[in-house]
Amino acid sequence: MIIWMIIGMAVVTAVPRFLPAFIVDFATFPRWVDRWLNAIPYAALGALIFPGILTVKPDAPQVGVAAGLAAVLLAWLNIHIIFVVLGAIGTVFLLTV
Amino acid sequence: METHALKNSHASSRMHMVQRGITAGFPIMLGYLPVALTYGVLAGQSGMTNLELTLMSVLVFAGAAQFLAVGMVAAGTGFVEIVTAVFVLNFRHFVMGLSFVNRLKTMALRAKLPLTLGLTDETFTVSTLYKKEAAEPYGAYFYASLMLTAYASWVGGSFLGGVLGDVIPARLSDSMGVALYAMFIGLLIPSVKRNGRIAMIAVTALLINYLCQRMGMNQGWAIVAGTLAGGLSGIWILGEEEES
Repeated sequence: MIIWMIIGMAVVTAVPRFLPAFIVDFATFPRWVDRWLNAIPYAALGALIFPGILTVKPDAPQVGVAAGLAAVLLAWLNIHIIFVVLGAIGTVFLLTV
Repeated sequence: METHALKNSHASSRMHMVQRGITAGFPIMLGYLPVALTYGVLAGQSGMTNLELTLMSVLVFAGAAQFLAVGMVAAGTGFVEIVTAVFVLNFRHFVMGLSFVNRLKTMALRAKLPLTLGLTDETFTVSTLYKKEAAEPYGAYFYASLMLTAYASWVGGSFLGGVLGDVIPARLSDSMGVALYAMFIGLLIPSVKRNGRIAMIAVTALLINYLCQRMGMNQGWAIVAGTLAGGLSGIWILGEEEES
């Protein structure tokens, strides 16, 4: 039963992943679509960060916000992304005593 | 003699691209490990065997969807509902995939196709921030090793989580849940510093996603709507200079 669920999940995840390779190969987009697609990474980052970050600690959304602000500060100071991640983990750890 | 030297330099630039890909994928590895461990622990608690929970990571490779599925398994939800929910949640990869392959126009389909199967929120955003590699020789090796680094960490971490069970203190594993968000922030800020208008794209996407979820839209569709709308605003916001 579980195995069929896993296979079903694998199929519905894989198809949307590989379809674009065929579409882009056989179609040429006008320039404005190119610009749209080039902006997608930044848009995706925004949509992925919020409101999801509020659920880091579901009963205390301010913890996620504080960790997010710590990450913004560290990244703004050009600190390597690995330490940005560790700094945010440390912030949550200290705030959830 | 000459062809031999040529072959060597090809091999070394291939190796070089692989090394750069692993380096670029390293932060994802770091971000995935705690999340994968947590997934493994939760999946084990929901009654899945180690083989099943590891196989899910091998075949699905999509963090949020796997957490969702584990939660639904634990709640006794049916097969069709779970698969449908996973489809909706993961449909955003279709949008990301279009953006990703659109940058790889010079790459052969047989090289692009396996790469698209490695697309996650994290491998997508990191890959697209390394733009120039797409045009370099052996660019596919760069993206493939970046994705395989992330994949190895996801699959390995899931298995370890299943084996370790509750060995990791809850306070630490709870704290590590923020890792992926911190990584998204760490990826976005350098682009915003380079071009402040990029913040407007991200904020547009964020607001649309938030509003859609507030109005009761499913999280998966809300992320798709936010991403599409934010990208659309980029047509005017970015102008010509970001085109490449």
